[in-house]
Amino acid sequence: MTATQERPSDEVEKEIGRDRRRKEDQRLITGRTRWTDNITLPGMLHLAMVRSPFAHARIVSIDTSAAKQATNVVDVLTGADLGEALGVNINAWPITPDQVTPTHSPMPSDRVAFAGEIVAVVVARSAAEARDAAELVDVEYDELPAALDLKESAADAVLAHPDLGTNKSAYWVFDSGEAGTGGSVEDAIAKARTDGIVIEREYRQQRLIPAFMEPRSVVVDPTGEQLTMWSATQIPHILRFALAATTGVPESKIRVIAPDVGGGFGGKLQTTPEEWITWAVARRLGKPAKYTETRSESLMSGHHGRDQWQKLTLAAEKDGTVTGFKVDLLADLGAYVSLVGGGVPVLGAFMFNSIYKFPAYRFAVQTVLTNKTWTDAYRGAGRPEATYAIERIMDELAVEVGVDPLEIREKNWIKHEEFPFTTVAGLEYDSGNYEAATARAKEMLGYDELRAEQRRRRESGDPVQLGIGVSTFTEMCGLAPSRVLGSLDYGAGGWEHASVRMLATGKVEVVTGASAHGQGHETAFSQIVADRLGVAFEDVEVLHGDTQVAPKGLDTYGSRSLVVGGEALVRAADKVIEKAKPIAAHLLEASVDDLEFSGGRFSVRGTDQGMAIGEVALATFAAHNLPDGVEASIDADATFDPEAFNFPHGNIINPLIVSGQVHGGLVQGIAQALWEEAVYDDSGTLVSGSFVDYLLPTAADTISFEIDHTTSPATTNTLGTKGVGEAGTIASTPAVVNAVVDAVRHLGVNDIQMPCTPERVWRAINSAGSGGSTEGAAMPHFESGGEMGNQEQPGTSSTEGAGA
Amino acid sequence: MIPAQFDYLAPTSVEDALAALSEHGDDAKIIAGGQSLLPVLRMRLNAPEMIIDLGRIESLRGVRDDGDAIVIGAMTPHAVVGSDPLVGEHAGLITKAVEHLADAQIRHRGTFGGALAHADPAGDLGAPALALGAEFVIQGPGGTRRVAADDFFVDLFETAIGEDEILTEVRVPKHTGWGSHYEKFVRVAHQWPIVAVAATVRVEGGTIAEARVGLTNMGSTPLRARGVEEALVGQPATEDAVRAAAERAAEGTNPPSDLNGDADYRRHLATVITRRAVLAAAGA
Ligand SMILES: Cc1cc2nc3c(=O)[nH]c(=O)nc-3n(C[C@H](O)[C@H](O)[C@H](O)COP(=O)(O)OP(=O)(O)OC[C@H]3O[C@@H](n4cnc5c(N)ncnc54)[C@H](O)[C@@H]3O)c2cc1C
Repeated sequence: MTATQERPSDEVEKEIGRDRRRKEDQRLITGRTRWTDNITLPGMLHLAMVRSPFAHARIVSIDTSAAKQATNVVDVLTGADLGEALGVNINAWPITPDQVTPTHSPMPSDRVAFAGEIVAVVVARSAAEARDAAELVDVEYDELPAALDLKESAADAVLAHPDLGTNKSAYWVFDSGEAGTGGSVEDAIAKARTDGIVIEREYRQQRLIPAFMEPRSVVVDPTGEQLTMWSATQIPHILRFALAATTGVPESKIRVIAPDVGGGFGGKLQTTPEEWITWAVARRLGKPAKYTETRSESLMSGHHGRDQWQKLTLAAEKDGTVTGFKVDLLADLGAYVSLVGGGVPVLGAFMFNSIYKFPAYRFAVQTVLTNKTWTDAYRGAGRPEATYAIERIMDELAVEVGVDPLEIREKNWIKHEEFPFTTVAGLEYDSGNYEAATARAKEMLGYDELRAEQRRRRESGDPVQLGIGVSTFTEMCGLAPSRVLGSLDYGAGGWEHASVRMLATGKVEVVTGASAHGQGHETAFSQIVADRLGVAFEDVEVLHGDTQVAPKGLDTYGSRSLVVGGEALVRAADKVIEKAKPIAAHLLEASVDDLEFSGGRFSVRGTDQGMAIGEVALATFAAHNLPDGVEASIDADATFDPEAFNFPHGNIINPLIVSGQVHGGLVQGIAQALWEEAVYDDSGTLVSGSFVDYLLPTAADTISFEIDHTTSPATTNTLGTKGVGEAGTIASTPAVVNAVVDAVRHLGVNDIQMPCTPERVWRAINSAGSGGSTEGAAMPHFESGGEMGNQEQPGTSSTEGAGA
Repeated sequence: MIPAQFDYLAPTSVEDALAALSEHGDDAKIIAGGQSLLPVLRMRLNAPEMIIDLGRIESLRGVRDDGDAIVIGAMTPHAVVGSDPLVGEHAGLITKAVEHLADAQIRHRGTFGGALAHADPAGDLGAPALALGAEFVIQGPGGTRRVAADDFFVDLFETAIGEDEILTEVRVPKHTGWGSHYEKFVRVAHQWPIVAVAATVRVEGGTIAEARVGLTNMGSTPLRARGVEEALVGQPATEDAVRAAAERAAEGTNPPSDLNGDADYRRHLATVITRRAVLAAAGA
């Protein structure tokens, strides 16, 4: 065995921290890759769905005879035809034991509960023929009254599911007094009413639509020993589990592949009726089948996000020290309780206190069923809503106290020397330095100069007024730990799995259970392993998204891949080194204790003897000369389950990817503030059903960003990383709305409902300026039962979103 | 989405295209750039059995000088119109309108004639055509006729073009030396205008000698803001004078109410945007 000379480790450039271009981008951008819709199997059939145009209707009859006669149509099937084989779509997170959960058939045969629900499926030899024949399916409906407005539905005015007797699904409460994490919020409010400040507001989180670039697509091949499903999903592992649990196929007979997936933002964190129907059809006909949704279908029936009314009461002392915060939410579930749906507001429950240290807090959410598209996670899931509420109302408090919005925040936030800090919501924040981050942001922005300019413009009555908005925030990210998720009755754990396989040629295969859909895992994970094992970045191959290759995992969402999956990877890599060490020692004829590992090389301390890990891999592969009793493999697996959530920002593996995540997140958050809104009409039809009416920003609409990170390495994982995938989205929304309101506050405006359209701004200015009954203007010392905020009430305006 | 099945013809002369139109009657539809027709087909709002493509008829492309008018072929893509020097010199208003019409990809596919024939009240070319007093050259089985802009736009998606006719070219009277501006109000960049105003003015020694103002999306067809035009003539090209004239922008309009704005908001927008457009056109 030869002992090689290698470069000293300090000369090897570290991969972690490098601006690596993403190795996966070439194939993703050119589309020359395995998108699900690119997959074509021999004899494959194509599906087209027949969908209800009504929000709520009884299905009287379905006549499929004409469609069955159409060219190259193989079959037309309804829910009744498929029966039990259809399975059900499940809710994995009942947030209370008594949650009211309607049964969700992928294709109901008696009653439809939202416009876009599937009532029949056409199977043909080509997608075009399937679509043509779908027009020929004749469905007779008996229209029922629809529960559309969130507030009215919460009062059970019209029932979304008459058999359930109520629209109220679950009522979930966190009370710091009861939990022992703080005082009673009612006491705090009562005290503030006598000698402090009480601010009451009602804010609307409009309904949003996750609009990923690749529409959902699913292919099922029933012809092998294992049934295979390819799906454009974020969650191949959870999908496999759910298929097994609800369709009677043993898990061992199911292989799920999420090939390259083009974006998700939470929208592909779902098990969908379309997947279940394609599964059932392929099994019934014994042929591969494909369904790819159109963009219109995606907007109409893929799950939506947000959609809440937030009723807020903030109590403070006269100097602006917050003493309590009470949050009452109504959350629109849509027609069914989706995979995680009811839990989304609960994910926000621990974040309404954000970075502040007030002593009393109460959160209550009522989830409500309506006859609209179901809702579930959308980038940030619960936490943007929480941050919006606290950061908007902090601005109102600043106005009331008469100080700068940053000053009121500083007065209330956790000081850097106070970490670790257990919040009033019971979470332990490991680290943070809000003073430093804010000072840096002020300096970069030229905050004081901008405020001075704002004053000048106010005084001169300039027609162009300046609005300055700030938002601090934190989020719990790295969705994990299992123990906490279990205590919340979440249906799965929060661990992640990784394997490192050392190939004979010195190349490395890394298998992760965190299945990427555009985040750049292949690049970031390669960087981590390259450093850890001292191999070249190019020599690391990251495999994921196939239950046959990566059998264990909990997939990608909630900013968890790097902080949980990355840590599992580090641990697997460390095990590889541990396993390789005795073999290296044996080959180098040295004692294990005399070996050290650095820069990819085992060396005998005090000598120039050593060998690279790739050489150990080759020797292990040959297995000609291994120490006695040592396994002929240096591959390793690891499963990691953190002890706590973590809070951004930590150490950075790849600054370019982090910038990309932050930029994209910022734009998505700004889009909620200014542009996006899912709007239904009075009959429950989605009016914003195409990108002509659902306004997504493009590069032409956005601004350039300057980002700066003040990092506080996480203490919960080896790499010190924290989640960043959702960060930008969460903070930018309240910052922008705060800026819009700040620009016109001198005209008597204290709120503008999202999205802050030019028309809404105009109306806010006019009603305030005309001195009429401006709702909620300057009424911070709130008498109970008074008006709240400036926003239109649902049901009274045609432009009000999902509430109308 | 996938359109319903159709047959396809690509004639190389206007005569052949007209013959095909006559033969297939109601079942036929002309395709120019397809930027409006294809979405209609894909969303299955219409399912013609025969598509007649004008793309191979060379005579319908290009811009030429014809004395006191410039002539724009119906099949000239927006991008070509937008960068054409003759258009820029004699009908600058069109150049300005094309600049912000849709996005670059659509400007390379969509055509001048297709957009006008489509007659979307939110389309960006109707108001400039109206303001410039364009003439529409329409060919049918019985020959060629010219229709004035005032008579061309009939209603929402309806023009003077008969079912068996083809728009071949648009004649735009030269407005050499006129200042012009197209002001488009949108929420996101790639959107059709919520309201837009096309203004072109001839300023003589600081006084507005002539003015033409067209409104986009303030009714079921593009409209002339005649009240504003009258009020501008003889006025100095100043902020105050223009502001006063622009107050009349919403006169006689019937704007829609939709997700992008209620009618009353659009009326308000029309006055503000008219002021901005006229001031920019007058170089004030
Ligand atoms: C995403 C998107 C954004 C857009 N944004 C804008 C915008 O901001 N502003 C704007 O003005 N437009 C916009 N458009 C429309 C664009 O300008 C189209 O190009 C135009 O409306 C139609 O032109 P076309 O050549 O593509 O016509 P086609 O789509 O081919 O045809 C449109 C209609 O006109 C008929 N037709 C076409 N040519 C003739 C002819 N010579 N004689 C008789 N009938 C004819 C066709 O039969 C059809 O009914 C947008 C389009 C898209 C897809």
